[in-house]
Amino acid sequence: MESTIVSAENINAYYGDNHAIKNVNIKINRNEVVAMMGPSGCGKTTFLRCINRMHELIPNARAEGVMKLDGEDVYKMNAIYVRSKIGMVFQRPNPFPNLSIYENVIAGYLLNGISLPKAEKDVIVEKSLTSAALWKEVKDSLHKKGTFLSGGQQQRLCIARAIAMKPEVILFDEPTSALDPISTSSVEALFHELKANYTLIIVTHNMQQAARVSDRTAFFYLGELVEFDDTKIMFTNPKDQRTQNYITGRFS
Amino acid sequence: MEAKIGFRTATSLIFKGVIILFAFAIAIPLIVILFYIIRQGVTQVNWTFLSHVPAPVGEKGGGVLNALAGSFILVLMSSVIAIPVGMMAGIYLSENPKTRLAYYAGLCVDILQGVPSIVMGIVVYFWIVKPLGTFSAISGSVALAIMMLPIIIRSTEQTLKMLPDSLKEAALSLGVPYHKVILKVIVPCGFAGILSGITLSIARVIGETAPLLFTAFGNPYVSGHIARPMESLPHLIFTYATSPYDDWHNLAWGASFILLMFVLVLNIVTKVITRKWKVQL
Repeated sequence: MESTIVSAENINAYYGDNHAIKNVNIKINRNEVVAMMGPSGCGKTTFLRCINRMHELIPNARAEGVMKLDGEDVYKMNAIYVRSKIGMVFQRPNPFPNLSIYENVIAGYLLNGISLPKAEKDVIVEKSLTSAALWKEVKDSLHKKGTFLSGGQQQRLCIARAIAMKPEVILFDEPTSALDPISTSSVEALFHELKANYTLIIVTHNMQQAARVSDRTAFFYLGELVEFDDTKIMFTNPKDQRTQNYITGRFS
Repeated sequence: MEAKIGFRTATSLIFKGVIILFAFAIAIPLIVILFYIIRQGVTQVNWTFLSHVPAPVGEKGGGVLNALAGSFILVLMSSVIAIPVGMMAGIYLSENPKTRLAYYAGLCVDILQGVPSIVMGIVVYFWIVKPLGTFSAISGSVALAIMMLPIIIRSTEQTLKMLPDSLKEAALSLGVPYHKVILKVIVPCGFAGILSGITLSIARVIGETAPLLFTAFGNPYVSGHIARPMESLPHLIFTYATSPYDDWHNLAWGASFILLMFVLVLNIVTKVITRKWKVQL
């Protein structure tokens, strides 16, 4: 039985007078991988940020509508709590340069001032790094700075950092656009593993990536959610003409 | 044609020679000052010089312990005042660059930087010395702290502005509250820059005489009382160098030497800090 974990009801988002997201309704199920694709400026990243309220960091940005996580209204919860339940991985790897690899993984606890016993920290670090497929590569250099890793490793470290907080949902904002092909494939392979425990929402401008990694795909165009369906259907038999035009490369 | 090319190459060479010459020339005043002060001052410095207060005219020996201790206390107190205020203001300016408050605060910082130090001394004289009825170390520290502020504020602001927004986003996306994002991520990442601003500001004020003339004033004895007058190295140099006695001139030379070494060391420390502690982004 599939259950809804994130549901957006009539979400509208604005940057000042610019209406960036137009009345989006979407229901995302637990443990599925959802890809959001669309041309640049179509609002996919804005929508992603509306899910964990990161849009509030942008001056003049506001969102209306109801965003629910597990049936609870995200906009009525404490933003700090929301962000601990919904992890996020960004376009460019952004490990904390002042912290070691070990500290980066448990940064969510460290920076929040939550003190854990050493044994528990060790377990969280190993588990998170293992889930992020990075443990083997860094287990002997845990106390080196995270910024000495390669780009792909840094991005997996950021994924481990998100996992360590035990979120229910992880948002990925074009997580591989700054990575080389080999690093990209290692991150993509990771999505399949993470699916077992988390719900993944991935914004990508790369259609092949959406096709490779996701169960369902959403297509955004000019701030609207045009179509949302099984990835296979979206790429073989889309219902909307605009989707068809996009995936056949008539515009990008 | 060929002659012309030869002429052009020659003028290029001459131009290059001239700029190299001037690059060397800027070192000359420094070398001359260093040479002169070291020659005059180094012979004065010995253990008695560092561990005794000035001797009365005509007596041999005597040192500058009162000024050394005073300068140390004055700089310490002004740092305690200026560092937190300056860092906080710098954080505000870098975090909210577009607000009206930031505009006016920035303007104030620029103006403050241009206020002559003697004016700062007079202002603090009317603020603190007059109401309290006595010259005091605390009034001197306030005057020095105000002089330190612009440097600390601007260096904090510039350093933090260089940090990518993605760092802040990373921390906020982990559910870290804003004040912890600033204090535990942003400030530590910019620590080298902030610290070098602080050491530069100390190097700047430790040699200031003018603001201390009507505030800390001076004291021939070692004093730890912050509500009483206190001696400082630059003030001691000023009074003793303008005196008619050779013994006192020698004390002033020795004190100049120590002050100069202090500023040199601070500058070198600043360079080392920025190189060693710079966070790799």
